[in-house]
Amino acid sequence: MKTTDATDRGGDVRLSGISKTYGSFTAVHPLDLTVPQGSFFALLGASGCGKTTTLRMIAGLEEPSTGTVHLGEQDVTALPPYKRPVNTVFQSYALFPHLDIFENVAFGLRRRGIKSVKKQVEEMLDLVQLGEQARKKPHQLSGGQQQRVAVARALINHPKVLLLDEPLGALDLKLRRQMQLELKRIQTEVGITFVHVTHDQEEAMTMADTVAVMNGGRVEQLGAPADLYENPQTTFVANFLGTSNLIEAEVDARSGDDIVVKAAGDKLILPGGRSSAPATTGGKVLVGVRPEKIGLAHADEAGSIPEGRNRIAGKIVNTSFIGVSTQYVVDCAACPEFEVYVQNIDRDPRLVPGADVVLHWNPAHTFGLDAAQDIDAGVAEEEAA
Amino acid sequence: MSTLTEAPPPLAPAAPEKKPPRKRGRFTPYWLLLPGILWLVVFFALPMIYQASTSVQTGSLEEGYKVTWHFATYWDALSEYWPQFLRSVAYAASATVLCLLLGYPLAYLIAFRAGRWRNLIMILVIAPFFTSFLIRTLAWKTILADGGPVVGALNTLHVLDVTSWLGWTAGDRVLATPLAVVCGLTYNFLPFMILPLYTSLERIDGRLHEAAGDLYAKPVTTFRKVTFPLSMPGVVSGTLLTFIPATGDYVNASLLGSADTGMIGNVIQSQFLRVLDYPTAAALSFILMAAILAMVTVYIRKSGTEDLV
Repeated sequence: MKTTDATDRGGDVRLSGISKTYGSFTAVHPLDLTVPQGSFFALLGASGCGKTTTLRMIAGLEEPSTGTVHLGEQDVTALPPYKRPVNTVFQSYALFPHLDIFENVAFGLRRRGIKSVKKQVEEMLDLVQLGEQARKKPHQLSGGQQQRVAVARALINHPKVLLLDEPLGALDLKLRRQMQLELKRIQTEVGITFVHVTHDQEEAMTMADTVAVMNGGRVEQLGAPADLYENPQTTFVANFLGTSNLIEAEVDARSGDDIVVKAAGDKLILPGGRSSAPATTGGKVLVGVRPEKIGLAHADEAGSIPEGRNRIAGKIVNTSFIGVSTQYVVDCAACPEFEVYVQNIDRDPRLVPGADVVLHWNPAHTFGLDAAQDIDAGVAEEEAA
Repeated sequence: MSTLTEAPPPLAPAAPEKKPPRKRGRFTPYWLLLPGILWLVVFFALPMIYQASTSVQTGSLEEGYKVTWHFATYWDALSEYWPQFLRSVAYAASATVLCLLLGYPLAYLIAFRAGRWRNLIMILVIAPFFTSFLIRTLAWKTILADGGPVVGALNTLHVLDVTSWLGWTAGDRVLATPLAVVCGLTYNFLPFMILPLYTSLERIDGRLHEAAGDLYAKPVTTFRKVTFPLSMPGVVSGTLLTFIPATGDYVNASLLGSADTGMIGNVIQSQFLRVLDYPTAAALSFILMAAILAMVTVYIRKSGTEDLV
């Protein structure tokens, strides 16, 4: 398994062989993971994939069945939560309803025996722009404000790591966007390691430096958001992170660094460096391409497509206009529901359902996956989440 | 364009027919309130007025009683029976404290630790109600009987020496002492403490405990700073449900106590049913009610749970 660089610093979170089983059910399979100090790390996956369990094991709220948790050089596996230099922003916040905002934020400081908390609490409330609300009770605040209190309550303790468990799940879309930027700003400002659990792939990609995609208690792939998006290693990642068109193909030949594959009669070029599948001639491979990389030309204009591009012929089944772009579903021999997103710069009036079209894209945008996997992994999960 | 701006046909014709049913419905809420109001008038307001008037009457059984606005009855009753008043408050307060000490851990256990045993334990808490209050209190007479195993054990452990020195028991007897009465009260009112405590504890979000632990609170501190404050509504309603009926109780004192452990309930009962001095009995009842109201008001103010009542 790939992990991020382990440059030995005090705030690294190091999970070694950590797993969690409940009876016969394995929530998290043995997992090695290093989160470097000061990074914004996201655990992304559908509900029940083990991401929250992993987070709770770092917090000490769940005891791992095997493995160890290190914070920097310190082994904290056996420490109860109240002895760990880690704080959590809980899903739905878990603010103390009987205490006002000031006392909620001061809670951690007071428990550590710090007497003069006033200045620190006021500064922290200013950071999250809630200075005016200090004497209100949590139920008097809006969802977004409560969320900021939860962040302030955790951050004021200067934890080595801040854990965020679906912190934005209860907010509406607009507020969620705003809070994503806000959290990112706070993280940059305080420089604390953030470990963020979410099922929202857009949220993970917007905020995190590194994303670990989890599925069925395992980390499927780990990397920078753009890297994960462009070079998915598994069908789950390809389908869960955005949308991918996956085509079943057969390896035909190799030409230099490129692999030539055949899919239902069409010849496609796949850069060898972007394929995680074994490329033996005659072997199966899944060829993928993102919908926004594809150009769509009416069949009459097929001649004007530049040479050297991958091309597949098909017929438009469905179109939906969504303002900035138009999404087409094209029926091709190789793939019955080929998705294409075209920016609405110059709309071709002939591209309506029933029209014959040619899809074409730069071969460099093609990626290859092992054909032994379930081609639809991660598709249904995303809808359920 | 003009066809698009045309308004849909109005739905007006149906409107006038709505009026009659609204008129008919205007008094419905009051009609629905009537049974409750009648009940309160007949079984609460009228007896109260009747008792109030009785308390200011003078006369005798033979000549009949007349309202003479004789308020001195109140003063006489209070000056004669103040020891019973004090004893009632002391016994009821002790029993309430004992109920809280016994009931809180049990309610906590049921709410947070019982798991699949929760319903069974709840049934066990309520089970005593399937037997008569009197029979259960009589059973305590047997439990605390002279020379019985409980008294024997307490004697061997020299507990009775301590309690006798404190004036709670007399010699090797437990029965007919203050301790017996307080034990009976505690036993009889314990479920009234446990149920509200359980309800308010059970409502506490488990994540608040996790959050407190996450914010460096040890389990004891979590209880002190989070769990207990959040269970205050249960503590207040539990103590009220125990203290108020225990103050006016006379069954425990008459079955488990002696002449020296009489509570105000015993005095009221005997004034009404044996001495047949109705004005004194009525005056005592009102004094008791006023005293309880005053104490409860102060208590609720102090505990900061006005929103409860």
